[in-house]
Amino acid sequence: MRYAMAVDTKKCVGCSDCVVACQTENNVPIGYCRDWIVENVDGTYPNVEIELRSERCNHCDNSPCVRCCPTGASHIVEGGIVLVTHEKCIGCGACIQSCPYDARYSHPDGYVDKCTFCEHRVKKGDQPACVAVCPTKCLYFGDLDDPYSDVSQVLKHRKFKVLAPEAGTNPQIYFLT
Amino acid sequence: MREELFVSGRDIPNIDPYLNIWHWQIPIYLFLGGLAAGILFFAGLFTVMGKEKEMETTVKWATFLVPGVLILGLIALFLDLKHKLFFWQLYTTIRLESPMSWGAWVLMFITPLSIIWVAAYIKDIIPQWNWKFGYLNSFEKWVNSNRRPIAWVMMVFSLILGIYTGILLSAFNARPLWNNAILGPLFLISGMSTGVATTMWMSKNHTERKTLGKIDLVLIGIELFLITHMIMGFLAGPTVQLEAAGLFLGGDFTVSFWVFVIILGLVFPAILEIMELSGYKVPIAIPAILILMGGLVFRFIMVEAGQLTRYLY
Repeated sequence: MRYAMAVDTKKCVGCSDCVVACQTENNVPIGYCRDWIVENVDGTYPNVEIELRSERCNHCDNSPCVRCCPTGASHIVEGGIVLVTHEKCIGCGACIQSCPYDARYSHPDGYVDKCTFCEHRVKKGDQPACVAVCPTKCLYFGDLDDPYSDVSQVLKHRKFKVLAPEAGTNPQIYFLT
Repeated sequence: MREELFVSGRDIPNIDPYLNIWHWQIPIYLFLGGLAAGILFFAGLFTVMGKEKEMETTVKWATFLVPGVLILGLIALFLDLKHKLFFWQLYTTIRLESPMSWGAWVLMFITPLSIIWVAAYIKDIIPQWNWKFGYLNSFEKWVNSNRRPIAWVMMVFSLILGIYTGILLSAFNARPLWNNAILGPLFLISGMSTGVATTMWMSKNHTERKTLGKIDLVLIGIELFLITHMIMGFLAGPTVQLEAAGLFLGGDFTVSFWVFVIILGLVFPAILEIMELSGYKVPIAIPAILILMGGLVFRFIMVEAGQLTRYLY
């Protein structure tokens, strides 16, 4: 099993519902977030293009945060989800430095926190909170090993990219372009 | 044409300004760790070579600084942790892929080792010292009769400690300035150089000073060579590393790097040491302090600048 997410940059309107849903679902402290919207404006006026992306932890196959963690607090569970055990985290910041996507932050309680792909929902068969609430249905989540899952299907038919592929982490959030 | 390129990126006020999560504690520790490694390595080396008499400061007196230096470094590391009460989790596991795990275990080993090394020399400072317990006396005798094998162990662990201060940073692919293979050897050599400078400053013996001065000159030469190669490597690298080199070649850290690290921290003390070796009277404190200052500033610059270099945003 290999969970992945696809984000349709042509359908995303940048409403931030995914951000609020995550904060509510995961009890993220006020002012912090595990997912966020990036707005890229590119080109020369008047020929400008805009791209909106809902971003989060890439749950990389080759995850530097898991490798550099000195206590094993950062670890990988079934489906390739990268998680942090709060009681094992010492807050050294090594994983924050190691993430090319800056997806991790220091929780006010001291430990490091990040997107969990809503592991608690996913293992019951539900969608992650951000995917479930998206009003434009631009987020696709599923198992890449299952050729009929939403994410496999959409990656088969659409062009896509990943962020900073040169970082060599083999990220698992795909952006449909 | 992409003359105007806007990348608005992200802006999360509670997260983005704090992603440079490492502040003064880390460069202070890297400096102290390198210093301790430098002193211990040469103490071990000259013990193994059988020069305890000729190089008394190196083998004996300078090592009295090490336990204090390491404990200060450990305090700095502890202050850096955000989830402090869980620090013991470091010692519930050994993770070979994590440089920080290596560092934690090496420190756990070398700090007591340096205390033992120093404690067995304490009667040379306080002759009437009494260990009170018989087993401590016999342990002291054992240490003093097995100095050479202990010195070998100490050399190996001080090399790991010294090189780890660099690898801690160079293992982070996501911070392109740090992510180069030369940083480990560079920090090791720089740490050794600060260690030798401290020992040289403490030494009262003319021949010992001269030997240390020569060693330090070689170390400074290697350091300049490694820094040149580090920058050459960046300039031949991908965009993110070109941007990293740009910080030192016209960017925000140009003046602090070239003036305080290269000129005042390496080239100028090297000139003073050459003058000293060729017979001029130079107060030894000046090159020593300059080298120590250069090493400290170098670590501050590397830690600060490295956290500015990123892939995204």
